[in-house]
Amino acid sequence: MLTKRIIPCLDMTEGKVVKGIQFVNFRDAGDPVLLAKKYDEQGADELVFLDITATVDNRNILLDVVKRTAREVTIPFTVGGGIRTKEDMQRVLRAGADKVGVNTGGINRPELISECAQSFGTQCVVLSLDAKRVGNQWNVMINGGRTDTGISAIEWAKQAVKRGAGEILLTSIDTDGMKQGFNVELTKAVAKVVNVPIIASGGAGKLEDFKDIFTEGKADAALAASLFHFGECSIKEVKTYLRDNNISVRL
Amino acid sequence: MIAIIDYGINNLDSVKNALDKLTIPTVVTRDPKILKQSRALVLPGVGAAVTGMQNLRESELDQLIINEVNDGKPILGICLGMQLLMNWSNEGDVDCLGVINGTVEKLANNMKVPQIGWNQVQIMNAQSPLFTDIPNESNFYFVHSYYCKPTDEITIAGTTTYGQSFCSVMAKKNIVGVQFHPEKSGKAGFQLLRNFINYFT
Repeated sequence: MLTKRIIPCLDMTEGKVVKGIQFVNFRDAGDPVLLAKKYDEQGADELVFLDITATVDNRNILLDVVKRTAREVTIPFTVGGGIRTKEDMQRVLRAGADKVGVNTGGINRPELISECAQSFGTQCVVLSLDAKRVGNQWNVMINGGRTDTGISAIEWAKQAVKRGAGEILLTSIDTDGMKQGFNVELTKAVAKVVNVPIIASGGAGKLEDFKDIFTEGKADAALAASLFHFGECSIKEVKTYLRDNNISVRL
Repeated sequence: MIAIIDYGINNLDSVKNALDKLTIPTVVTRDPKILKQSRALVLPGVGAAVTGMQNLRESELDQLIINEVNDGKPILGICLGMQLLMNWSNEGDVDCLGVINGTVEKLANNMKVPQIGWNQVQIMNAQSPLFTDIPNESNFYFVHSYYCKPTDEITIAGTTTYGQSFCSVMAKKNIVGVQFHPEKSGKAGFQLLRNFINYFT
């Protein structure tokens, strides 16, 4: 049986992890490669790196992190942030990433998704979708959640999958950072209209939240950042809890 | 030296990185001379069967692989690399290398396809040294839309369930194929790579 995945997320800028980390020495706290290795050893199923500033200068630093991570970890990892062209994607894949997240670049030019899927396969194109409740629908937000596109998140998910996105990393801006649970309603609504795996993101605060997003939200994977960074609960605790609740995980 | 066959597809380095970590000397190459001299071949691969076979034919590696394998050289096919070992693939109706009898079929369409994530392998051939120190039902990382269907059931060394039971590990003398990515499958995956090197090469 395919297991549900638990994915720590590392937000980076200038090659350093930006959210605080409690469980490693201060000296090592910002090094994404060391953190990645640690999460791998602790039983993470995958890793996600997001370059949250994604400037041209940061690009080369990011590629160096990707290369070093590829040599160190034994699990798959996705890299996102600032992917605008097929060449951007190729560079990240060549550096050793298994999948690449496309967000603003895909909204600006939807063909980017089709081009990348044709060249590299749908399995490595992850649609990174940031959604926010506006009126009675969810809208796609871009530019790091700052700009409302006015586009329906549900419609965009459908279109992107049709174009070749093999997976959706779905972040709810409404629940992100609130620690009150994932956005079950949004995740369920997207899962209903697409036939690719969904990684739910934003809002994990306690063990029960993971159970809810898998059972009620129909997610295939759950992503969390600060919860793991601050050591509020470990990957193993989450997985043991899920197993005890009859949810299949890799332990 | 283990030769990782470079046939113009992505993700060759992940296999090399994994074998580096196990301190096994490797070379990523398409040079016929080096391939012939190597102790074993690894045929990795992500992507479509048509592209994979086309690239092998254009670089005339297809016949070389067939000859080497028929002469007894060990080969490990990973993901698409496993599928290319079969006679024919339903993905684009393409003839493959045919060193293992059987076809490549699409996963059941009542499931999310591709299958992405960790799934268990039921060991069918517990005697195979390929599974040394790997417990039954260990999890491995899969990313695929198609699977191998060997004609000869004895070739099936491990199975996995995703909507249906399918062959996730095959082993026949010097030929090994795995549908998952051992190089991305943590401890169990690395153990399998180690076993291939230790017992098949």
